Amino acid sequence: MVKGTTVFGRLWKGPFGTYLIVVVAYAIFQVLASAGSLPSVIVGLLPTICAYISATISLNLVVGISGELSLGHAGFMSVGAYTGIVAATCYSAVIDIPWLVFILAMLTGAVFAAIAGFVVGVPVMRLSGDYLAIVTLAFGEIIKNIMNNLYVGLDDAGLHFSFSSAQDLHMTNGNIIINGPQGAVGVEQLSTFFGGFILVLVTLAVVLNLIRSRSGRAIMAVRDNSIAAESVGINTTKYRLMAFVVASALAGMAGLMYAMNYNAVVPVRFDYNASILILVYVVLGGIGNIRGSIISATVLVVLPEVLRFMSEYRMLIYAIVLIAVMVLPNVPAVQRFLDYIQDKIPFFRSRDEVPGDVTEGAE
Amino acid sequence: MGFLENLINGVSLGSVYAIIALGYTMVYGIARMLNFAHGDVIMVGGYVSFVIASSMGLNPLFGILVAVIVCTALGITIEKVAYKPLRQSASLTVLITAIGVSYLLQNTALLIWGANPKVYTSVVAGWPQLQLFDGQLIISAETVVTICACAVIMIAMVTFIHRTKIGKAMRAVSEDPGAARLMGINVDSTISITFAIGSGLAAIAGVLLCSSYPTLMPTTGAMPGIKAFTAAVFGGIGSIPGAVLGGILLGIIEIFAKAYIGTQFSDAIVFAVLIIVLLIKPSGLLGKYVPEKV
Repeated sequence: MVKGTTVFGRLWKGPFGTYLIVVVAYAIFQVLASAGSLPSVIVGLLPTICAYISATISLNLVVGISGELSLGHAGFMSVGAYTGIVAATCYSAVIDIPWLVFILAMLTGAVFAAIAGFVVGVPVMRLSGDYLAIVTLAFGEIIKNIMNNLYVGLDDAGLHFSFSSAQDLHMTNGNIIINGPQGAVGVEQLSTFFGGFILVLVTLAVVLNLIRSRSGRAIMAVRDNSIAAESVGINTTKYRLMAFVVASALAGMAGLMYAMNYNAVVPVRFDYNASILILVYVVLGGIGNIRGSIISATVLVVLPEVLRFMSEYRMLIYAIVLIAVMVLPNVPAVQRFLDYIQDKIPFFRSRDEVPGDVTEGAE
Repeated sequence: MGFLENLINGVSLGSVYAIIALGYTMVYGIARMLNFAHGDVIMVGGYVSFVIASSMGLNPLFGILVAVIVCTALGITIEKVAYKPLRQSASLTVLITAIGVSYLLQNTALLIWGANPKVYTSVVAGWPQLQLFDGQLIISAETVVTICACAVIMIAMVTFIHRTKIGKAMRAVSEDPGAARLMGINVDSTISITFAIGSGLAAIAGVLLCSSYPTLMPTTGAMPGIKAFTAAVFGGIGSIPGAVLGGILLGIIEIFAKAYIGTQFSDAIVFAVLIIVLLIKPSGLLGKYVPEKV
């Protein structure tokens, strides 16, 4: 079978194939879930999986396409989540349709996350490499710290904000929406698997179209060689910032999707460990590889749940698997073994070898 | 008096950060990698000395010695098993591996010692306090020992780097590993030694940290690790005086923010200061500016 030469093969390699994978996967999971053959834990996890897929794709836009190591992605998820939850509470007072409330809250969350991305991005884009990484980490921690001390309440007079305590909101008979370290309480669980599926499609549409546009090529040119890109007239800061802000907005939507799948969400959920977790998904899926992001996010969100029967050993196994996946392909003995297998068994022979390897391409 | 007391506490906390930051900065300077597992080596050091001193009831100083030996061995093992095969790999691959090692250490500690916090007995418990100004200013023995340890370690490290043959090899490797190899320097063993020293220092930092803040959990090392890393960046990563300066300044800022602005926002302020410094001087306080070549 020669891929990439037939019409279908070409479509399969392009964005169409990615959309197809998502649609087919959605259909399969939806059928399995309604037939009751999925464990209830996994069914409850489906919107979370979708949220993580979007977050991973959006981080891949920053790390893979734009080539900046960001360690504060979860911060933008929390901005989207908390502004979205506050917005949803306000909207549901006037609008009666849950899905419309959810969509409007999503858009609000995305706008606020994009603003946060812009505010963080403008100073961050002056730096590069490891320094950029540490500053995004610092911003993520600052956002978490602010969220940890944020109190928001709603009563007849409107929204109340405070940075000290719930009593400081001076409300007579309102509801507390965000209660400091306890996070968002009494969240309406509006996230559904279908909503998550749409979010993944929207994320894919934004990212894949951006990559294949003029701006996307500029972003990748800056990644590959910023000096060369600048010398042909590309505004490097503008394009790096564009990727960062778009990714932040998408992360905000993913954060809201994640938050609204639960009754209560604490700010610690979005600390640097969460950012690193998403980065792990990106790297294991393949940096810059959108399909890889989808698969790795799905597998790695489900894996700890599947490993739950091993109770306290599961995170240990997770850690060992993580190290093994990163290190083993670089150990000479394992490399020789892999080469041997590829040599003997045609099935494992990889079809897209390193460019320049002529003999393999002629298969 | 309040100001002076806060200042001294800040220098003490900053000294712990400085010792951790030394490990970060040396590893970064020589292996060009962000060793995210460094913070967890601190935690291991804390637990080992806890087991020796509190559970087995032996001399706390012996506990420090064992902790240093265990952590040094641990550092060398981690480097050999996890990082060495990745010498030629992309920096992100190494970073993710380091995160994996960090998870591994935390979860191993969780299995061995459980999730419940242990109350750490200070290694200098019972030592006399320092009383100044007719008892208006009381400085604990932990504070004095921490600050002295940091000063001794910094002087020792600077001397080691500038006066010994291994130190010279380290400087050469950090400048240009390829050229260093051509000059007959064993780059691999130099990197191993760097990890060994960094991890040994982490053990000392763990003991000092737990003596001043006596709750010991599997995640104890994570936040000080991150803060020390920012301290290393703050002072200019790769520079030893920079790491110490960055660590002490970070400690002072944190304690002052807690005392005068509020406990809740102290972390945000620490990180905000880091961001401002990096924006004004992108290579850190004492870092060297390396211009980008075309």
